[in-house]
Amino acid sequence: MLGEQRQKMQIKGIKDGLLVTLGEGEWSELEEALIARVEEQAGFFQGARMALDVGNHVLRAVEMGALRDKLSSKGISLWAVISNSQVTEQTALMLGLATRISTPRPERVVRPLETTLTGENAVFVQRTLRSGYKVAHNGHVVVLGDVNPGAEVIAGGNIIIWGRLRGVVHAGADGDESAVVCALDMAPTQLRIARLVATSPNQSGGWDKKVEPEIARIENGQLVSEPWYPKK
Amino acid sequence: MTATVVTITSGKGGVGKTTTTANLAVALAMGGRKVVCIDGDIGLRNLDVILGLENRIVYDLVDVVEGRCRLRQAMIRDKRLPELYLIPAAQTRDKSALSPSDMVRLCDDLRADFDWILIDSPAGIERGFRNAVAPADMVVVITNPEVSAVRDADRIIGLIEAEEKGPARLVLNRLNPVLVKRGDMLTADDVLELLAIELLGIIPEDENVVISSNRGMPVALDGKTKAAEAFHNIARRLNGETVPLLDLEAKEDLFKRLVRIMRPGGN
Repeated sequence: MLGEQRQKMQIKGIKDGLLVTLGEGEWSELEEALIARVEEQAGFFQGARMALDVGNHVLRAVEMGALRDKLSSKGISLWAVISNSQVTEQTALMLGLATRISTPRPERVVRPLETTLTGENAVFVQRTLRSGYKVAHNGHVVVLGDVNPGAEVIAGGNIIIWGRLRGVVHAGADGDESAVVCALDMAPTQLRIARLVATSPNQSGGWDKKVEPEIARIENGQLVSEPWYPKK
Repeated sequence: MTATVVTITSGKGGVGKTTTTANLAVALAMGGRKVVCIDGDIGLRNLDVILGLENRIVYDLVDVVEGRCRLRQAMIRDKRLPELYLIPAAQTRDKSALSPSDMVRLCDDLRADFDWILIDSPAGIERGFRNAVAPADMVVVITNPEVSAVRDADRIIGLIEAEEKGPARLVLNRLNPVLVKRGDMLTADDVLELLAIELLGIIPEDENVVISSNRGMPVALDGKTKAAEAFHNIARRLNGETVPLLDLEAKEDLFKRLVRIMRPGGN
């Protein structure tokens, strides 16, 4: 029984109430089914605004009016009748009913742009690392000071040295090849990122070397170090 | 009087700890201060040799700590300088014979009777170093203007900080102005740039040092050589005087000398 009913109509919640779409068949049967449904779920329909989509059905004032009254007695206010038939549409307009329902408007809630960042896990060391000192962390490491020869910094992430890097560093120690090493004076004894190892170029002419901030990373499978330009 | 305990250490061996301890002790004593030096290098003692006192050793540091003699019995008074005393190390034992607290207790017993207690630390970073540094009020690090010495000095300075005896003060030993001028040797600035501690003094390379050592006569006794002058300057700085660094330039033309006179301030 219920299955049959379902074929005769579909009920959908819309912004302005309920939209009941009626299927094919005899008008009287459809009307009966609709009323029965309303009676069955009286609580649900009580006080509802209903828009009725009658498809191809041709309805004259008498039929439409009667239906409206019947629904009204059940506490339902019929406010729109949508159809493909011009006659039905005319009838609806004559009875003061709407013939279109507005398309659902988009969500009015505007989420604020997410400009608060939470960042990533890092450890901060504010001192020069003398020979024999070591910092190891599976996130990023930032050192505010020099890293002297014989000192080591090992990080799972990036390594930033705000000072002279003259010791040994290993960024991306867990295998992350996107890790980088930055230093104000890049002169490490040995530099490692993930599985690659490199040493500084020959320092013999190095006393006159222009000291500038550099960033070292893996590019095309090789360790390269280049001056740091913020635009990049 | 309450003595200041100064430990002279370096990390690296052979940079001039014992020579500096001996000459500094002599320079302080010659200035009228009462000084005792303690040789912390158990098993490889040298301070007695450099001071020319090895023939007079009866008791040593380990005898005192192990209670076989009184502290005063182990102290050797220098006949040339009555204000200078030495407590020699034991040669037949090793560094495990002493503990840091033994050294602290020993120095506490000595403090009331002296102006300066100088401890000659052994090379290394293990027990011997830790024993020597334990009672220190001040630590002096000796280094040479040479890459491996500076590396070790940096390490030892870090350990001194970790022992909470910092900051250390630096003596740069065996600087050769000729090599520096040629660009073949690190300059004092190069060394200080890495080590970043206060400079106590610079001692130039001087063949007289070796000659004197072999005779058991520290150079400072003579006072006439460049090295001797440098040691005496350090002693004066320890006593609170402001002493400009020695002019160690190999040769200087008249123009440079004029420029130096006209520009105020020391080196």
